[in-house]
Amino acid sequence: MDIAIKDGKIVKKVNESNAKIIDASGLTVMAGGVDIHSHIAGSEVNLGRMIRPDDHVKDVVKKTALTRSGTGYSIPSTYVTGYRYSKMGYTTVMNPSMAAMKAKHAHEELNDIPLIDKASFTLLGDWWFALENIAKGDLEECARLIAWMIRGTRSYAIKIVNPGGLESWGFGRNVHSLDDEVPNFCLTPRDIITGMAKVNTMLNMPHTIHLHTNNLGVPGNYKTTIDTMRALESVYQGDKPIGHITHIQFSSFAGDSWAHFKSGAEEIANYLNAHNHMTVDIGQVTFADTTTMTADGPFEFALYELGGHNKWVNSDVETEASGGIIPFHFKKKNAVNAIQWSIGLELSLMIKDPWKWFMTTDHPNGGPFFHYPRVFAWLYSRKAREATLKKCNKKAQKKSLLPTLDREYTLYELAIVTRAGTAKALGLKNKGHLGVGAEADVSIYNINPETTDIAQTYKPVRKAFGNAAYTIKDGEIVVKDAEIVATPPGRTMWLDVQTKEPCRIDEEMKRKFKEYWTIEFDNYPVTDHYIKVPEKITIKASV
Amino acid sequence: MITITPKRVFTVPVQAACISADVFAGKPLEEIKKLSITEGKETITLDDAFNITEDKTIETPNITLTGDFSKVKRIGQGMKTGEIIINGDAGMHTGEKLAGGKIIVNGNSGGWTGSEMKKGLIEIHGNSGDYTASPYRGTSTGMKGGVITIDGNVGTDVGCYLQGGIIRIKGSAGRYLGYHMLDGTIFVEKDCAIRAGACMTGGKIIINGTIELLMPTFTIDSIKPKVKIDATQNAQGPFYVFLGDIAERGTGKIFALKATNPAFKDYEKYL
Repeated sequence: MDIAIKDGKIVKKVNESNAKIIDASGLTVMAGGVDIHSHIAGSEVNLGRMIRPDDHVKDVVKKTALTRSGTGYSIPSTYVTGYRYSKMGYTTVMNPSMAAMKAKHAHEELNDIPLIDKASFTLLGDWWFALENIAKGDLEECARLIAWMIRGTRSYAIKIVNPGGLESWGFGRNVHSLDDEVPNFCLTPRDIITGMAKVNTMLNMPHTIHLHTNNLGVPGNYKTTIDTMRALESVYQGDKPIGHITHIQFSSFAGDSWAHFKSGAEEIANYLNAHNHMTVDIGQVTFADTTTMTADGPFEFALYELGGHNKWVNSDVETEASGGIIPFHFKKKNAVNAIQWSIGLELSLMIKDPWKWFMTTDHPNGGPFFHYPRVFAWLYSRKAREATLKKCNKKAQKKSLLPTLDREYTLYELAIVTRAGTAKALGLKNKGHLGVGAEADVSIYNINPETTDIAQTYKPVRKAFGNAAYTIKDGEIVVKDAEIVATPPGRTMWLDVQTKEPCRIDEEMKRKFKEYWTIEFDNYPVTDHYIKVPEKITIKASV
Repeated sequence: MITITPKRVFTVPVQAACISADVFAGKPLEEIKKLSITEGKETITLDDAFNITEDKTIETPNITLTGDFSKVKRIGQGMKTGEIIINGDAGMHTGEKLAGGKIIVNGNSGGWTGSEMKKGLIEIHGNSGDYTASPYRGTSTGMKGGVITIDGNVGTDVGCYLQGGIIRIKGSAGRYLGYHMLDGTIFVEKDCAIRAGACMTGGKIIINGTIELLMPTFTIDSIKPKVKIDATQNAQGPFYVFLGDIAERGTGKIFALKATNPAFKDYEKYL
């Protein structure tokens, strides 16, 4: 079968006499990878870089004639992020956590990440204006405000982190269930989640709400996660999923304390197998000395207390969000860490439909993104899983369900959880597949699917996934034999959500900006010149 | 024995981690000359910057450096066995991550000397810079073992995150001595500047001179007549013994000589 490419798109056929031909016979060809959740840019990422000189010194990247110098390890510098993604055959990455106030910073960093298309999700679950309107029951006005915010921050989706918890954190508190009250708002996390899901539908957003659950990282939290998914059942209209729970591994803990910590993967997987209104990504732990970063400030505080008072960053982003950063070393010999690793894989193997879950490490929280090939190996090879499990904490080995799981992913299923499924969940119609009309983002790996038993010879296959034979971005060869050969800038996708009438921007709103924000209303939105290569996607809202 | 002397006065830092007995071992002179180092941003060979000669009749020390090496960084980095003598000043990161063997500096040594070392001996017959025996910025794995002796004074932040081993300083120490240390021993024969032992959770700091100011997060424990430095040697007191850093729930000990610290007399009423 031949794949013809012309002007950056996949077409039916081209004139072969003057076309450049790549002979990919005996190799594996996939659409370019689409990552649904990876913290690659923004204020929290950069703060993480600042507190970790010890992380960079381990991984210094020299410049070449074509590429720039930089550093890794867990939080690579901007250019290195682009190069490493491209070497793995990834061409699109979603930056899932952008505080609206820090959107300009995030876009400036995204501009400097070459070779991949990207988009950001704005943190909106604890934004005062949204909370006020949900509390009032005026979801239409809430939707119009969110459309204004999505446009104003040049973002792609609604991100909700520990709904209600971030607002509570401003008062040194947190919420611990879906029905705890958020201080000063007469609201519960349940109201925020269902309200936002309805708003998301009203706005005809291509992606669902992108949700980081309450109680993340707390033993026994799988119950909250199931409650969250149940709460969304009422909003489901029966066609496409209406919610995406991100890094669900961190929300699938059972047991009542760290001493009795165990996996809640079975319950979560059973629920997902029986329902169609949710998608999830995993946030797989890869056993790395990494840097955790999230907008969930109270969770990072708990981690600080738990992890022996390591250096950390904690912040309350005015009226919108919060944040925290702590270096964390996931170790095989640590029972909790090893069980977390097992939970991620149990979920991956027990959720039957690969279109419902996607592969991520929640870079850099579970492990840096360039560890993806390791995760692939654990998915497609039982032998690889066993080899790692053998090195894990004995207590964790006993508790793990992995020895009972025989499933081994095929290359097709792997393609779904890394590109086709993610592109579908994100509503990216022209990505994640190789059909006519798709963007010509192609990755070719040095794996012969006909002669290789990938489950048995997992090591060379894992290596091939980390070192693409070719990566093609918009029809241009950017990686050849794992070397960067061209460095086009990627596009930044953003949504221009057009509502039937604009949101009310009255004197009251401007007064609030003056009183509660450190940025003036007029300086707040991201303007066009902040984005080097924009790709505006216009959508019509139903309000 | 390999003898190395600089061919010129260096104006920019030279990174020469390859000057190490492990790296030189078993290599003919011609191969040693071709080892690559960097001078500023340029990559050059050892031969471009240094005169190198070999004397096969002498076995120890393995390497002798003669001249001004104060701009030459990372001498003996990660060395496991062998001996290096530097007749002159040594640059930053000398003996970094040392895992065995011996480095003797007959002159001053730069910052981060003996950083993150695990085993072995570093003798400095001069002063040593800031961050001696301290890890790289941001890293919390300090020196784990071995001995560093310094005849002169040391700069600030010496022995940070110390996890084991002994640092003996015959002169005075700067601020933040033993910051965040977990274990091991620091012995200072002269004075010590402010904030010694800040954030320490274990180990001991012995000061034979005057402590400029003790952190308020240390509490007096007892007065002891003497304290053990290593298996063979004691420091003669009496010493005030302080416990801390309480802010970190630490159980580290600072021993301050009673005779040279009259300012601590007030603490005696709490005993």
